[in-house]
Amino acid sequence: MTATETEPVTTGDVVLEADGLTKHFPVRRGLRDLFSKERKAVHAVDDIQLTLRRGRVTALVGESGSGKSTVARLLAQLYSRTDGDIRLHGKSITVHGGRKFRAYCRQVQMIFQDPFASLNPVHTVRYHLTRALKIHGRAGKNSAELEQNLNALLLRVQLTPPERYLDKFPHELSGGQRQRVSIARALGADPEALLADEPVSMLDVSIRLGVLNLLRDLKERLNLAILYITHDIASARYFADETLVMYAGRMVEGGDSETVTQHPAHPYTRLLIESAPDPDRLDRVGDAKDAPEDQAGGEPPSLIAPPTGCRFHPRCIHAMPKCSTELPPRFELPVISGEGEHWAACWLYEEGAAK
Amino acid sequence: MKAPVLEIKNFNVDYGLGDQAVQAVRDVTLTLHRGEVLGLAGESGSGKSTLAYGVTRLLPPPGVISGGSVIYHPPGGDPYDVMALSNSELRAFRWAETSIVFQGAMNSLNPVHKVSTQMLDVIRAHEPQLSSEARVARAKEMLKLVGISADRMDAYPHQLSGGMRQRVMIGMALVLEPQVVIMDEPTTALDVVMQRQILAQLVELRERLDFSVLFITHDLSLLVEFSDRIAIMYGGRIVEQAKSADLYKDSLHPYSEGLLKSFPALRGPRRELAGIPGSPPDLRGMPTGCAFHPRCPHAFDRCSTEIPVLGVPEARNDPNREVACWLPGRVPVG
Repeated sequence: MTATETEPVTTGDVVLEADGLTKHFPVRRGLRDLFSKERKAVHAVDDIQLTLRRGRVTALVGESGSGKSTVARLLAQLYSRTDGDIRLHGKSITVHGGRKFRAYCRQVQMIFQDPFASLNPVHTVRYHLTRALKIHGRAGKNSAELEQNLNALLLRVQLTPPERYLDKFPHELSGGQRQRVSIARALGADPEALLADEPVSMLDVSIRLGVLNLLRDLKERLNLAILYITHDIASARYFADETLVMYAGRMVEGGDSETVTQHPAHPYTRLLIESAPDPDRLDRVGDAKDAPEDQAGGEPPSLIAPPTGCRFHPRCIHAMPKCSTELPPRFELPVISGEGEHWAACWLYEEGAAK
Repeated sequence: MKAPVLEIKNFNVDYGLGDQAVQAVRDVTLTLHRGEVLGLAGESGSGKSTLAYGVTRLLPPPGVISGGSVIYHPPGGDPYDVMALSNSELRAFRWAETSIVFQGAMNSLNPVHKVSTQMLDVIRAHEPQLSSEARVARAKEMLKLVGISADRMDAYPHQLSGGMRQRVMIGMALVLEPQVVIMDEPTTALDVVMQRQILAQLVELRERLDFSVLFITHDLSLLVEFSDRIAIMYGGRIVEQAKSADLYKDSLHPYSEGLLKSFPALRGPRRELAGIPGSPPDLRGMPTGCAFHPRCPHAFDRCSTEIPVLGVPEARNDPNREVACWLPGRVPVG
């Protein structure tokens, strides 16, 4: 079917790359701005470097408004980028719909956050999956083959027996089952990369892990490259091989998931981890003095006029004069555990800086 | 243990009437003690929000309270049943004695009125004898307590960030110094950093004002850290209740155990987790016997026929904990 099936794929092959990816959304000009030359824009995403490899899960962690969903939509080519480059198998690619867009979709599929909204309520599971298969030319020659392919898809997402689910409407399914159907629909294209935008945050707690484990299983069996977008850093540690942390449209830290969560380097990552609920911390229940230090009371900055220099400096307890004027580049850090790299965009880690 | 402030006894809530009725809350008996944070955890559809609305008699139709009583103990007064209050008594009771912070509280402020108008309105309705200066002073003081500077009083809700709006809501719930504050997923829409700050502030305020909190959430790991006691709901019933530390270290009901294992840990060894197989029950067709038995790894014959009763388990002779399970050692004493 696709070229990749004939060539053996090895884990770690680069599928999708983003280089300096930037997206600014224009702000509507009011009457007062009519004569000013200045054009305002929301700096949603700035200078993103990202690599998705086969058989690896990359997590993108950040608070709401940090631009993580924008990154997914840029990678899915649902938004056009302001600057930077998206490379699929090393080739720069820009599509604006039409046949080229479908060809791109065949390789890069997206799963949305809300399975209640992403499935059409007036159509059955069969319709959703048949459409995905037909569009991507995998429906088979006759109805028997189509039936076989449909069953195979549902089996892949562990909806067994398939016959029981094929003719159901979305409202007859539970949240977890619906999300499995939307995963099956994405798999209908036989993609190489999956962009999962908060795939479990709308689901009940007890079934989240079931869906995450399913995605992990699919990653291993189909050698998928997965981008896992989440606000829950604990689930990134559980599920992802590599974790990237975003703050106010920029990446601030990245590396092996275990290293990033156990030895966070950037002050923002530390704040995030300190703030996450942790039952093992029973001895310090709600002690206000132990609340993480934050200069701005937990407020993220405006992205229309983002802070100069490091975007975290107004909230940072380690901020130096340099932080407010110069943008910190990525500094490589010594890797403490595991393999791979670990970097942070923070002046604290500049060569020779006193820590 | 301290004196009770709110006693919920054999509480039942149905949606709809007659044969079509869906039983959303079944036989809930729960006691909130003075000055404590009681966590109520459960998945969507487990009836936790319905219970909160039922207890405050805010349940919109077709919700019907079909039985049970809620005994409120005012400080230094005689206890009375909230279910028996007349409309005007209820109006006085609400907010002054029991206030509630709603789910998505960020959107429960009126967008066309200033924060100050909304806050002063609350005080005026309940304490009309106060002069307007005293009202403004009270509102300012409250906002300061929740960490909002007094010059933000005249802001409209859209001029505040989500976290600030949430603080205003909490401040408004506390402005009449109620004995009981019910919080229905108050921090779900907020980021973790903000969530922690608001919770830390709440703990501080509770120490100062000494109110009790019924904290409803689906995030059990948050509750373990934040509340004194936890009750876990499943399919409209309470299946386990214990002190947070006990529940975390030694949960007795298989559902609580499964729920605790559904949260990946941020620290400590990385372990393989499985969640709970199956999906939450549909209230229209509840399983017979224990509602959890179709998903339970330890289910046996008795589970599918008899509904387990909540009681002090045989194996742990601790009056502070209760569990509803037929497994050996967990069956109630007597």
